[in-house]
Amino acid sequence: MSFLLACPNCGERSVYEFRSGGEFRQRPPASVSSHEWARYLYLRKNEAGETTEWWYHQLGCRSWFLAVRDTRTNLVKETYEHD
Amino acid sequence: MLQLFRTQRMWHQHDLKDHYDVVIIGAGVHGLAAAYYLGKQGIKNVAVLDRGYLGGGNSGRNTAILRANYRTAEAIPFYDESLRLYQELSQEVDFNVLFSQIGHLTLAHTDTGVDGLRVRAEANALLGVNSRLVFPEEIKSLVPAMDVSKAAHAPIQAALYHPPGGIIRHDAVVWGYARGADRMGIEIHPHTEVHAIDTDNGQISAVHTNRGRIATNTVVNATSGWCSTIARMVDVDLPIVSHPLQACVTEPLKPFLDKVIVSATLHVYVNQTDRGEVVIGAEIDPYASYNSASTLPTLEMMAAHALELFPILEEARVLRQWSGICDMTPDFSPIISTVPEVRGFILNVGWGTYGFKAGPAGGKTVAELIVTNKTPTLIEPFALSRFYEDRLVGEKAAAAVSH
Repeated sequence: MSFLLACPNCGERSVYEFRSGGEFRQRPPASVSSHEWARYLYLRKNEAGETTEWWYHQLGCRSWFLAVRDTRTNLVKETYEHD
Repeated sequence: MLQLFRTQRMWHQHDLKDHYDVVIIGAGVHGLAAAYYLGKQGIKNVAVLDRGYLGGGNSGRNTAILRANYRTAEAIPFYDESLRLYQELSQEVDFNVLFSQIGHLTLAHTDTGVDGLRVRAEANALLGVNSRLVFPEEIKSLVPAMDVSKAAHAPIQAALYHPPGGIIRHDAVVWGYARGADRMGIEIHPHTEVHAIDTDNGQISAVHTNRGRIATNTVVNATSGWCSTIARMVDVDLPIVSHPLQACVTEPLKPFLDKVIVSATLHVYVNQTDRGEVVIGAEIDPYASYNSASTLPTLEMMAAHALELFPILEEARVLRQWSGICDMTPDFSPIISTVPEVRGFILNVGWGTYGFKAGPAGGKTVAELIVTNKTPTLIEPFALSRFYEDRLVGEKAAAAVSH
C-alpha cells in the first residue's frame, strides 16, 4: 500500500517523493568490538509493527527526518526532525 | 467406475502431537522440501507448520521463474544444483510440476550492463552452467515480439541467454513435495501459528502454537516474509529487511512469447504462461513493509516498462496484481545455517526475491545439515557468521531485479 508522509518542512506528500533511509539505530562508540560493529552495520529489528525510521525528502526540501510507522498497516503515526 | 473417480487426498489432517524430532516453520517450497528430504533419509517424526495454507506465502506469489545463471562462485553451483533437482522433480515426487525449460534472457541496455553480463557468462561457463552473450540480431530471432530496435527508449544492446532456465507450475511443486512428505508419514499442519519458542540452556526445547505446545530439539525457520519475527522468539536478530514485491498478470493471449525476459534497467521481467497469461514482475517496493497490498504507481511502472519491451501488449488488460513480502539481506544471498547461540535452531531464510528457484537445493541441504549435523559444502558460504567475518557473498548484480 502506498501512503502519505508528512515532511516536517513541506507537509503531507506521496511516499514516492521520499527515499527510505531504514530503521533508526543508535551508532555505537568507536571503541566497541568488531563483532558489535558488525551487529550495528548489518542486523535489523525489522519490526512487524511500529518502527522509527529515517526518510529523505528527495523530490522536495531534501532534508532527512524521522517517522514512526506501523509496518503492518503503513500508517504513519508521527514525523519529526532529528535533534 | 466409482473407483475411477474416487479422490485421493494429497495430504492428511492430523492432531498435533506433543513431540516431534523436527519442527519446520513454514509450509512453502523450502519447508516442504526439507521435510521431504528428511523423510527420504529416515527422519519421519517431523511436523511442518504454517500459519496459513500450503504454499500461500511466497511459494504462491513468485513469478515461477527458474534459472542458475548467477554471478558468484558460491551461488552458481547452489542454484545449478537446484535447477537439476527441479529437472527431475516430476519423476521424483510422481507429480507433474510442468517445468518448461523455455530459456531465459537477461537484457542489457547500457555498456555497464553488457560488461556485467559478460562476467556472468564467463563465470557460468567456468562452472558448467549453460549461458552465453547474444546480440540484437539473435535476440530478435529468439523473441520476435520484442522491440530490439535502436529507436526504443532504452535500446537493447545484448542479452545473457540461459537456455536451461524457464518457468514451472509453482503450486504443483508445493503440492508434490507435500504429498511426497505425507506419504512418508510426515505431518503437515496448516493454520497452525507459532507464538513462542522455548530454549533451555541455549538449546531449543519447545514450540508454542495456537493448537498447543510441541516438545522438540530442532526447529527450522523456513519462513519468508516473517523470518525476523520467528528469529526474535529466540532472541536472534537477523541482517534482514522485509520489502513487498509486486507482480501482475494479464488476461490470456495467444502464444507470442516462449522465453523468460528480464531487464534490470527497466526493473521488469516478463513471461507468458502455458495458459497464455503474461506475468509481469517488478522490483521490490522502495520501503520496508509487511503490508502486502498492491499499489497503483508500481502497476503503472510495470505496465510502462513491459510495453517498452512488448508494444504488442498495448491493449492487454491486467487481471490480477499481488505482492509477496521479501526478506532482503545486505548481500542478496540467503542465510542457510545453524545459529551458534541457539542450538537446534536452523535458519533457511533471507531468500529475497530468489527463493523459489532455490527451494529443492535449500530443502535438501537443510535436511542434510540436520541428519549429519555438519554443514554441507554447498551452503557453507551462506552461514549467518559471514556477516561477522567479512565474507559477504555479493550477488546483487545477478539477483536484484533479475529474476
